[in-house]
Amino acid sequence: MFSPPGLPSAGLLRAALWGALAAAAIMFYLDLRNRAFSPAVAEARLMALTARIRPHFLFNSLNAVLGVIRSDPRRAEAALEELSDLFRVLMAENKALVTLGEEIALCRRYLDLEHLRLGERLQATWDVGACPMDAQVPPLMLQPLLENAVYHGIEPAHEPAAVTIRAGLAGEEIRIEIANSYHGEHSNHAGNRMALDNIRERLMLFYDLEARLETAAENGVFRVSIRLPYRKTEKA
Amino acid sequence: MNEPLRILIADDEAPARTRLKALLADIAGEVPNRLVGEAGNGLEALALIESEPADVALVDIRMPRMDGVELARHLRGMEGAPAVVFTTAYDQYAVQAFDLNAVDYLLKPVRAPRLAEALQKARRVAQPSRETLERLSSEARRHLSVSERGRILLVPVSDILYLKAELKYVTARTAAREFLLDESLTHLEQEFAARFVRVHRNCLVAREAIAGFEKGVAEDGEAHWLVLLAGLPDKLPVSRRQWPAVKAAFAGGGEV
Repeated sequence: MFSPPGLPSAGLLRAALWGALAAAAIMFYLDLRNRAFSPAVAEARLMALTARIRPHFLFNSLNAVLGVIRSDPRRAEAALEELSDLFRVLMAENKALVTLGEEIALCRRYLDLEHLRLGERLQATWDVGACPMDAQVPPLMLQPLLENAVYHGIEPAHEPAAVTIRAGLAGEEIRIEIANSYHGEHSNHAGNRMALDNIRERLMLFYDLEARLETAAENGVFRVSIRLPYRKTEKA
Repeated sequence: MNEPLRILIADDEAPARTRLKALLADIAGEVPNRLVGEAGNGLEALALIESEPADVALVDIRMPRMDGVELARHLRGMEGAPAVVFTTAYDQYAVQAFDLNAVDYLLKPVRAPRLAEALQKARRVAQPSRETLERLSSEARRHLSVSERGRILLVPVSDILYLKAELKYVTARTAAREFLLDESLTHLEQEFAARFVRVHRNCLVAREAIAGFEKGVAEDGEAHWLVLLAGLPDKLPVSRRQWPAVKAAFAGGGEV
C-alpha cells in the first residue's frame, strides 16, 4: 500500500498506536522489574529474613548460666560473654556479607554455650581446616543450622550424639556440610523447615542461582549441604 | 506438715538440676525439703520413685527417652505418686493449659519465691487430669503403664504386636507375654494410629507385625481373612468391614 507523504493512512496510524502501546508495556515491565530487584527491596527482604533464635535457647542458656554461677563463676562469666556476642550478631541488621571465618567463630561460641547445658551429650566435630576462611558468606548462614542440629539431633538423644561440620573448596565453589543424627519425624519439624527456607532465600538474594542448599535424611542422619561461589573478601 | 517435703528432680541438663538444688537449699528455711533423687529423663525418674518415694517431682517437659508429660501420665496411675510440678524454658501451650488447671508449672529460669509457692501448693494439689496431659502431649506415648501387684511396669509400645479387647479389659500382647491394660481400645487406636491398624471390632494390630494373611473360618462359621504375625503363632481374624483398610496398611507397610 502506498500513501502520499503528509497524509498518513489509517494503517500507519494503527501501527503507530500499537507501537506506542507495546513500548509502554515494556517500559512498565522494566520499571516493575527494576523495582523488584532494586537494592532497597532486596535490603528490606534481607532484614525481614534476619534469622530468629528460638526463645527456648535463650532461656535454657540463661538457666544454665544460673546453674553454674555459684560453683564456677568464671565459666558463668565466659558463658555470658558468649551469649552477648551471639545476640549482638542476632540482633544486627545483617545486610552485608561476612567472612566464613567470622561465621565459624560465631558457631564455635554457640556450641560452647550449648556444651555448658548438654555436657558430653554434645559431640561436635569440625573439619574446616582446608577451607579458605576469607570466603564471603551471608551472616548467620551456619549458626541456625547448628541450632537445628542441637534441637533435633542432640537434645532428644539419650546417648551422646554427634554433629559434624565440614567445609572445603571444590574448584571455585565453597562446599559446606552439617550432619547430625535425627530421631523419627523430628527432622521434618516446622521450625527446622523455617530455618532452612530462610537460609535458602538469603543465599538466593546474595548469590542468585549460583548458591544452593540441599537436605537429605537417610540412615538416621540428617544432612544439610550448601554450595556457594568462592568470593574473597576485598581487603579494605 | 512439719515433715520435710521429699523432692525428686527430673531434668536432662545438669546445670538446670544444680540450679534447682541451690534454690531448694535457699528456701529450706521457709519450706523444709529433702532431695530424694535426681533423674535425667522420665524412665530414670520412674525407677527412682519406685525405690524412693517422693512428695513432689520437679519435672522438665522436654527430656530424651521419656519426656515430662509422659512421666506425669504414668505417675497418674500410681498410688502414692508425687505431685508433679512442671518446669519449662518456654512452652506457650503448656502455660496456657496449666492456666486452666490446678497443677503448677515453673518457667525457667526458676525463681526462689515461685518455687517455694509451687511446693506449698503441690502438697495439696492433685495430679493433673488425664485430659490435660493428653492435650499437652504432642506425641503418642512411647510406653504403656501396667500396674501389676502394686508395681508399675512399663511396656514399650514398639514391643506390642497387638491389642485386644476382651470383656472388661484390653490386653497388650508382646512377643514375650500379655499385659492387662486399663485403657480403652478406641482411645489407644486414636493415640497410636500411626502404629496400629484396626483389624476387627476388638483388635488392633501393629502394622510392622503383620507378616501376611490366610483364609480361614472364624468361630461364627463364616470365611474370614486371618492376620499372620511375625514372631507369634497367633492368627487374628479380620472383619469384612476392616479388610480393605488392613490390606492397604499391609501394602504400604514397608514405609511405616
